[in-house]
Amino acid sequence: MKKIKHHLTDALLMGYAAGSLPEAFNLVVATHISMCDTCRAALAGFDAVGGEVMLDADPVDMAENALAAAMARITDTPRPERVSAKPAGGVFPAPLRGYVNGDLDCVKWRKIGGGVSQMVLKTQDGASVRLLRIPAGTAVPDHGHRGTELTLVLQGAFVDATDRFAAGDIEVANEDLNHTPVAEQGMDCICLAATDAPLQFKGLLPRLAQRFIGI
Amino acid sequence: MLIEMHAPPKADAVTAMPVYKRTGKTGIRTTGANRVMAEATTKRMAWVTQVAAVRDGRDKAAFAELFAYFAPRVKSFLMKSGASPDLAEECAQEVMVTLWNKAHLFDPSKASVSTWIYTIARNRRIDLLRKQKRPEPEDLPWGPEAEPEQADAMGLQQETEQLGQALAALPAEQRKLIERAYFGELSHSEIAAETGLPLGTIKSRIRLALERLRHTMK
Repeated sequence: MKKIKHHLTDALLMGYAAGSLPEAFNLVVATHISMCDTCRAALAGFDAVGGEVMLDADPVDMAENALAAAMARITDTPRPERVSAKPAGGVFPAPLRGYVNGDLDCVKWRKIGGGVSQMVLKTQDGASVRLLRIPAGTAVPDHGHRGTELTLVLQGAFVDATDRFAAGDIEVANEDLNHTPVAEQGMDCICLAATDAPLQFKGLLPRLAQRFIGI
Repeated sequence: MLIEMHAPPKADAVTAMPVYKRTGKTGIRTTGANRVMAEATTKRMAWVTQVAAVRDGRDKAAFAELFAYFAPRVKSFLMKSGASPDLAEECAQEVMVTLWNKAHLFDPSKASVSTWIYTIARNRRIDLLRKQKRPEPEDLPWGPEAEPEQADAMGLQQETEQLGQALAALPAEQRKLIERAYFGELSHSEIAAETGLPLGTIKSRIRLALERLRHTMK
């Protein structure tokens, strides 16, 4: 893996550690951390804060028979296994494979115009998440954001006014950013993008199209 | 040196463990002003030994000790996160059962027992209160699991203790904000907009732990 330059924000790490992010954001965060040791280590720190908050909570008495009840539920039979790492040659980290039911070759793409394709992944809680395939050299229409948009690059790279984003990089955009991401030449750019509010496109046509494609 | 996994989880067995001295900025010192810290770290290492006893010996006495300490705190945490007392009771029991079943996944060089139990409780809370699964990062592609070094485990436990003490020493308002965030009362955008959250303090305290983790992940 090449060096990752764009990381998760503290607010996202804390939100993920606290368990308060919508499912769509959780998926993007878990997928990025699968690719990024820096954020994996940072998350361990934010998890540790949660542990200390829990230790500090005034204990509440358990029911009298609680220990016996727990012991009765203990099984020494098959234990849950770890979330396995992606197989050699795979593109999607494990958490994403769980939502696609496989790797990149299992994605059911739907064209949404301008050569761009997407697959919406099923999640709860208002925010939405989709895979995007942007052909090499193609631009995604200029758009702004009302809420927060997370864009994680899984393959290829895109460039916008702020910087270049390659595999493993995540762009965290809010209402301050209007941008026109362009996929680099050479390879289709595959991204995992989540938003907690509809994007705002500048042109009339994309706005009309938006009604039909559900971005 | 490897952690003694078959030792009975007695406090005196833990205090008898060798003390590791190191140099450099992550050095562990157990003398003078740091005695309180040393005692608190010893308590954390006792939890580690108890989890190891559950893992290797199916040790019910060690489990009972962990249960007595952690279950009431898990229950309290869940109630503050919005669970009813009955649900919190049920869920705290499940969390402790998960500790038993997943004891083989605990790595004391990467987390304190308190951190690990917190993550189990948090995930259970998401399951129960929000009825959804939580995507988890995939595990690192390590080779055959190496037994963590005793010194790494000690260092991590000590740094977590330092983090806990730094949080306890924060002004009440800042501490309250952190608690609200972890009880699930603040949304992502509220966390991002909240200037009163002492992220600098948290990050300066967890930096050593982070460096250690990054080192072990290389």
